[in-house]
Parts: sequence; C-alpha cells; structure tokens
Amino acid sequence: MSPTYYLYLSAILFTIGALGVLLRRNAIVAFMCIELMLNATNLALVTFSRINGSLDGQIMAFFIMVVAAAEVVVGLAIIVAMFRTRRSASVDDTNLLKY
Amino acid sequence: MPLAVLASSGMQGGGPETAVFWIFAPLAVLAALSMVFSRNTVHGALYLGGVMLILAVFYAAQSAPFLAFVQVIVYTGAVMMLFLFVLMLIGVDSRDSLVETLKGQRFAGAVSAIGFLLLLFTGIAHASIHTSKGLHDVNFPAADASAKGGGGNVYEIAKLLFTRYVFAFEVTSALLITAALGAMVLAHRQRHEPKRTQRELMQARFKVGTHPTPLPGPGVYARHNAVDTPALLPDGSLSELSVPRAVALISQEHGREPRPSELGSSPTANDPASGKGQSQ
Repeated sequence: MSPTYYLYLSAILFTIGALGVLLRRNAIVAFMCIELMLNATNLALVTFSRINGSLDGQIMAFFIMVVAAAEVVVGLAIIVAMFRTRRSASVDDTNLLKY
Repeated sequence: MPLAVLASSGMQGGGPETAVFWIFAPLAVLAALSMVFSRNTVHGALYLGGVMLILAVFYAAQSAPFLAFVQVIVYTGAVMMLFLFVLMLIGVDSRDSLVETLKGQRFAGAVSAIGFLLLLFTGIAHASIHTSKGLHDVNFPAADASAKGGGGNVYEIAKLLFTRYVFAFEVTSALLITAALGAMVLAHRQRHEPKRTQRELMQARFKVGTHPTPLPGPGVYARHNAVDTPALLPDGSLSELSVPRAVALISQEHGREPRPSELGSSPTANDPASGKGQSQ
C-alpha cells in the first residue's frame, strides 16, 4: 500500500481542524481543533519518516508532542483565567482590545 | 517482545495494513467531523480522543511503535483528561452562540477550508512519491543485532535523541518547566480577604436564623430519588427547599413535568400551589 494515502488522510484531518477553528466560537472546541491539526501533522511526519527510511521524522513528531503538551497546559490555564474574569468560554467575549 | 513484533514488517506494506487503513481512516474522518459539528462539547472531546487512538493505530502500522504508545499515553491519557477536566470546571453547558458576529464568516470559512484541502491534495498528488524505503532496516540495523534487546524502534530513537538531537531534547525541559510555571501563574487566584473560618460561617448562619440546619435532600419520602424530584413532607405536601434552585431552573428549561409516580399518591399532590414540582 502506498504511504501517500496517509498523507491524504493527514491533509483531510488538518483541514477539518482548520475548519473547526474558523467555525466554532467555544474556546475549548477551537483548542481541540488545534490539537487535531497538530495530530494530523504528526501523522504526516511519521509517514515521511517511513517514505524516506529514516527516523528523523519520528523524532520531529516526538518533539511536536512535547510542545503540544506544553501548549495545552498553558492554553487551558488561559481559558480558565478568561472564564474567571468574563464568565464565558466564548472567544467572542474577549474583545476588550478592540476598543 | 511485543514492541519488536509491532515494529517488524509483519503489518507493513501488505494486505493487513491496507485493511487497517481503509477501516480506520473513514472512522477518523467521521470522528473529526463529528467533533467539529457536535453541539455538546464533551461529545466533541470524546470524538477527539477517538481520532487520537486511531492515529496511534496508524503509527503502529507505520513501524513507529514508540510514537504509538506515546500517543496513547500523552494524548488520550494526559491531554484529553486535561481537556475534560477544564470542561467540567468551566461548565459543560457553555453552549456556542449561533449568531454570526462577522457576516458570511461561516460560508467564507467553509470555502477556504475546501480550497485549502484542494491545494494540499494537488500538492501531494504532484509529489513524486512512488516507493517508500520503509523503516525495517532502520529499526533493525545489522550493526545492532547484538545489542541488548536486539535494537528496535525505541532503541534507535533513543540513539538519535541522545546524540544528534540532544540539545533540542534538553531545551525541551526548559519549555516544560516554563509551561508548568505559566499554568501556575495563570491559574493562581489572589485572595483579597482572609478565609472565613468554620466558626465565622456558623455564626453568620445563625445570625440570619432562617435555616441553620442543612436543607432537606431531594426525593426523600417521594417515590423517586432524582435530584429534581421534590421531597414529600410528612403531611403529604412537597418541600420546595429540597430541590436546589439551579436544578429547578434546568428542569423548567427542559419543560420536564414530574411524573405522577414521582409525586406519590398523596391527596395534596394534586394541589397546584403545594410545591415546586407542581408549579412547573
């Protein structure tokens, strides 16, 4: 089986994640969509690693996982802090910088 | 050694991998779409967990058993739990508003997503990927056959990680410590007034004097023990105090009438003014 199919799947998942970030207003859902995009990228990297016959792609995917874990921790803390001040998890409600 | 079995080419390149791919890939796409379009955030989180598990299967199928396990442990184990934890903290009922703040934003978003997908597809289709070298020779090089455990994916990744990528690996620790500190600073709440002791709370409760004892539990002496079922008092009337105000509001929102069986067959149960359950 050609590994290209994995790349197509990765592209589809990434696009769905991007679509979710564009469409959904709930900060947590938008954040989950970002996670989906990161995961899709990881799948592409693992596939590249297999195509090229070297493990560097897998190392990249590993580092992406580390960065994603750090990002989730900080991002969710920001969402909690936001919820505390605004009583809402909607990204539309954080618009003070607009005025 | 199960890792070695996973990493060996038993699954790769042949019929089994194709079958695994065509079973799980549509499921992954379906779950991802359901995550984006589900109204309930908790359902969305569960769908995302499903996608992550399926991706772990794909990693295993592509001779990356280490990443498959890390995916399950870190993503479905830690990240998704954190997501669910924050969801419960913030309140699961925080719904998305359906009002479009930017006019035509949804349409534009969908169009650009489709355009982006087409762009990616043409890019992949134009790339000349005809053969894949596979990772079997990399995961099990002949030089490492005598190594402890006989090499394998984990062994080779460790070799790379601690030689060529050791600096990046060390910098990662700084990143993680910074992230942990940042989360602590962001989630920390400054207490502006001293914490009220149990004694002060008790005194405050008795100063008002309306209801110093705990409120009655819901559903006690009624035929049902759901939290929105008011308790039956000994004289057969319903106790409004037994249903928390938030729960009563929720059942009012959903338009749920209490079933006759929940109210008991007391004569006053039919009196409309007797209790909360009746007044809905």
